[in-house]
Amino acid sequence: MLEVDGLTTRYGAITALHAVSLRVDAGEIVALVGPNGAGKTTLLNTVAGLLRPASGTVRLNGDDVTGRDPAALVRARLALVPERRRIFRDLTVEENLRLAGITASKADRRRRLDEVRELFGVLANRWTTSAGYLSGGEAQQLAVARALMSDPRLLLLDEPTLGLAPGLVDTIFELLVELRQQGRTVLVVEQNARRALQLADRGYVLRTGRVVAEGRGADLAERADLFAAFVGVGE
Amino acid sequence: MTTLLQNLVDGFGRGSTYALLALGISLIFGVMHLVNFAHAELITVGAYVAYGLSTRDVNWWVLIVAIVVSSVVASIAIERVAFRWVRNASPFTMLLTSFAIERLSHALWQVLVSPKKKSFPGPGWAFDTWKLGSVRFEIMDLLTIAITIGVLTLTALVFRRTLFGIAVRGAAEDFDAARLMGVRANRVISGAFAYAGFLAGVAAVLILMRSPTAEPTLGADWLLKAVVAAIIGGLGSFSGAVVGGLALGLAEVFLRSYLPDGTPQRLTDAFVFGLIALLFIARPSGLFKVATAERV
Repeated sequence: MLEVDGLTTRYGAITALHAVSLRVDAGEIVALVGPNGAGKTTLLNTVAGLLRPASGTVRLNGDDVTGRDPAALVRARLALVPERRRIFRDLTVEENLRLAGITASKADRRRRLDEVRELFGVLANRWTTSAGYLSGGEAQQLAVARALMSDPRLLLLDEPTLGLAPGLVDTIFELLVELRQQGRTVLVVEQNARRALQLADRGYVLRTGRVVAEGRGADLAERADLFAAFVGVGE
Repeated sequence: MTTLLQNLVDGFGRGSTYALLALGISLIFGVMHLVNFAHAELITVGAYVAYGLSTRDVNWWVLIVAIVVSSVVASIAIERVAFRWVRNASPFTMLLTSFAIERLSHALWQVLVSPKKKSFPGPGWAFDTWKLGSVRFEIMDLLTIAITIGVLTLTALVFRRTLFGIAVRGAAEDFDAARLMGVRANRVISGAFAYAGFLAGVAAVLILMRSPTAEPTLGADWLLKAVVAAIIGGLGSFSGAVVGGLALGLAEVFLRSYLPDGTPQRLTDAFVFGLIALLFIARPSGLFKVATAERV
């Protein structure tokens, strides 16, 4: 589904990703873990089209989509739940979701609004509230719900549990499994590294912009040597 | 009492024109973080189009449509030809671009038409009066109020209800997040310029009905007031722009009526700007605070 090959992304003189390669197959949950500053967010943002890579390619279902605009990638059914959620605080919950359904036909948009309302009961209760007033957990669910409005086949999630209470972290992890059951493919960046790897089919460990380990999620989760270097990461 | 009412109506008339212009400036600032100093040139475009058509004896109703349409078209064209190329440049570059367009527009009209004022006949009925009790209203005053209320209601509906309006508000808050939702950057910015052009076109109609004159620097005076009104309201805030525009118009008219007769216009302006300076000491970010948008 997604093939990233030799991706290098720079911020001015700083190289954040050094020829990173990874792949995500259809129906998988893939976890991307690593210490702060490893380049995880840069990778997702480059794949989603927010950043232009200096070199390398991104292929989606076989098509070269390197450097394509995010709005075009959403239409190719790739959605990113960005770092720090970036929900529209001045818009209501409903407006956030309607806007996120901009690529759908009117009928599809209405149908998905109903689905999302069903799936996220918390949001249904706050439908006409400005998103700026939502709690952290509600905001995170809105961020995921928003991504679902475009009915993505591939969903990229950047730190979906950041700042959430433990109970809510469980909810989000359950949601990832549910997304897979719906037939979606998930690439998730997580600070709860072990837990994400245990849940994932496969995982990649990124450090200072390079892939330093990859393999089955459960195997990676057992490798103490990888986590020793993560200060404040894992559990 | 009569003076008070008269001042209110006059102030609202001036203020609503500022409000329409300030709303356009705020709208463009929202999606591009650009204070568009070329915005009031759209009035000049409308004025010359109206002047050109009026020499061919065109009915005023047609002129009204022509003024609005030409303003919309010019606004879209300016974005295409100029602002699109500097969209990712520094805010300073964008600001300079807007100044350049303003200067270029002044020069073009001087070269293409004439540096002199060109007057044309206004609608005959505009200054007919209508008496309510002891107060005389000009048709123009009532029309201004009606049109402003109508356009502001329409604007509120567009930005609350339509997907285009929601996309503009979302993009104004976080442009990249809007792109991640599938909002096409070119389309939302082009749409915002079109709508700003429409608002400027309506303002131009109100201005030209009162004083049907085209001159190269027509936009300049309006621009300053409109930018000030947008800043008073808190740049980027739509309701702020409207309140800022009305407040500025009312302040001008009331000051003029309380200052001694014969006080020159420029001196009245000085008092108005003095008041604004006081306002910014009390509220540095304007009347309505806008959550700072993020652009990466």
